[in-house]
Amino acid sequence: MSQLTHEIREAARGLLRDGKAQVVIGFEPGSLPLRSRPCFIRKEKDIERLVWSGFCETNVARYLPKRKGKVAIVAKGCDSRALVELIKENQITRDQLVIIGVPCEGMIDRRRIEAEMGHELIVEAEEKEGSLVVRTADSEKILDRKEYLFEHCKACTHPTPVVYDVLLGQPPGPQEAIDAFSDVDAFSALDREERWAYLVQETSKCIRCYACRNACPMCYCPECFVDATQPQWVGKSTGLSDTIIFHLVRAFHLAGRCVACGACEQACPMGVDIRKLNRKLQKDVIDLFHHEAGCSLDEVAPLATFRLDDPEPFMVEP
Amino acid sequence: MSKGDTKLLKKERLEGFIESLLNDHVVFGPVKKNDLRLLDRIESVNDISLDRGNTMNSAKNALFPQTERLFAYCHGEKVVEIDAPSAEGRGLVLFGVRPCDARGLLLLDKVFGGSLKDPYYCDKREKTVVIGVACDKPDPKCFCLAMGGGPCSAEGSDLLLLDLGDQYLVKAGSPKGKTLLKNKAFQKIDKEALARADLVEKEAEKSMNQAVLAQAAIGEGLEKHLETLFDDPIWDDITESCLGCGICTYLCPTCHCFDILDETGQSTGERIRIWDSCQFPLFTHQASGVNPRPSSKERFRQRIMHKLCYLPQNGNLSGCVGCGRCVTECPVNLDIREVIQKISAREAK
Repeated sequence: MSQLTHEIREAARGLLRDGKAQVVIGFEPGSLPLRSRPCFIRKEKDIERLVWSGFCETNVARYLPKRKGKVAIVAKGCDSRALVELIKENQITRDQLVIIGVPCEGMIDRRRIEAEMGHELIVEAEEKEGSLVVRTADSEKILDRKEYLFEHCKACTHPTPVVYDVLLGQPPGPQEAIDAFSDVDAFSALDREERWAYLVQETSKCIRCYACRNACPMCYCPECFVDATQPQWVGKSTGLSDTIIFHLVRAFHLAGRCVACGACEQACPMGVDIRKLNRKLQKDVIDLFHHEAGCSLDEVAPLATFRLDDPEPFMVEP
Repeated sequence: MSKGDTKLLKKERLEGFIESLLNDHVVFGPVKKNDLRLLDRIESVNDISLDRGNTMNSAKNALFPQTERLFAYCHGEKVVEIDAPSAEGRGLVLFGVRPCDARGLLLLDKVFGGSLKDPYYCDKREKTVVIGVACDKPDPKCFCLAMGGGPCSAEGSDLLLLDLGDQYLVKAGSPKGKTLLKNKAFQKIDKEALARADLVEKEAEKSMNQAVLAQAAIGEGLEKHLETLFDDPIWDDITESCLGCGICTYLCPTCHCFDILDETGQSTGERIRIWDSCQFPLFTHQASGVNPRPSSKERFRQRIMHKLCYLPQNGNLSGCVGCGRCVTECPVNLDIREVIQKISAREAK
């Protein structure tokens, strides 16, 4: 058992015993190797189900909007950023929450591991000091954990929770400086036709299962615009204009709110590059308003307010 | 099995065989596209990728596409012109379909080709040849055996290819397949190949993940048992983590719910049929505003009930063929095999 697993269980035990939380939302081992999955612990006897691993990629803040009662939640950096936004957007109150902060080393992309192992039966995977030991029935491969992280984890700027009640694990060392937006810059540098062609290529893969939206902690509208029928805002086919409208409007709706957790892309079965648009808008909000979503409980979201000195580079002089 | 039902195909002749099909058929096969393996239309035999495992989408996509135009219309002041798609003249070949997906098509046949025939599906289906490729190395996540199928079963395939090393054993699974076996590309079967095939089939079944099979095993009378569990609180526990997305239904080779919509313009429009999913809120949202399945709990329960209770009861069919797509692709690993295990173990109140 990893040290973090042990610490999470102890924290959960204390909270449930003292009645400080009615439920602890964390992770349990999945039914397949390379999987962990969200679980909801209400009784002390179930605490041993809780684990921590490099496969706890689900953003569990997604389970919070409109939840009643006291909730303890095991939060990575990105989960905590979603919590900040959800609190500010009145989806949950701070005093309902007990945040069990976990410093995150980045989550492992199981599809990359599977591709690396070439469809051999993976029996188990074990994390050991920065490496991942993957075992098949008759062989063992030691992989460098860092190489197999999700792209958004490689570009993560806040691996340590920004808000928490208790922070578990070791205080993280200094973070390597990363250029989180180099691919967005490269995309922006393309000419208009090329950018459009890329978006067409990506959205053409979409099967409109809405896993991106449903995995997203910030997509909590009681009725999504694609589900509205009176009026119907967007067609329901998998034709390009319908799918692209879904992705474009969703990206706009997340501008200044997206916490860059990558839940959308993790959930997508078809490998759509959903984050390109989200991150372009994320960068625009940083450049224009110096605001990064989910980093402060006090800062007002720039698109939810108005200031006389708001930059308006898009305005054209008459 | 009579001798006419089984032949051999040298591997070097496979290409020529597929090319001959491409001459007068629209051929779908497993291809590598965008880092995924998909069943997609192929233009050349070189597009095909026969790796281990299955495609992300299933064979249903070819016969029951996600978006299908039923007709288009255009109205002037007094006349309305209807443009119904004329049936594709050429037949379809679905090549490289795995036995689970081929079996899934049999379920779709009952749904769309039963007492009420769906012309859009049936027109295509009548002209379709399914050429399956057996799973001599089943994927570890598969559980077709537990669902009554098998990694080398020809059920649902007109022809089924079984890899014997330098050649394929080709089994006819239907009269259509028997006719196809008259093609000169196929050679007579010999005893040695039959014995080898027998061995490969046994090995394939043996190599399946036994723990997975045991877990998904459907006990006798599960459908009756499920009926008694409709209001059981176990569904709260099972579905608490469900995101409510449509991955499980859209990737499923047997899920077949759809919606029909009119996409209207000023004087033109079209009627389309699109896939729908019981996992979506709109699926049962009534005009009054009431939704009898207000949360993921009721929606996921419906998915399980439909597959493992209603279909077995009403049509003696299993709604699950054990392909494992919903197991591997569910973002929160909500695993139908575990669900089967949990509901089987649950005592009726």
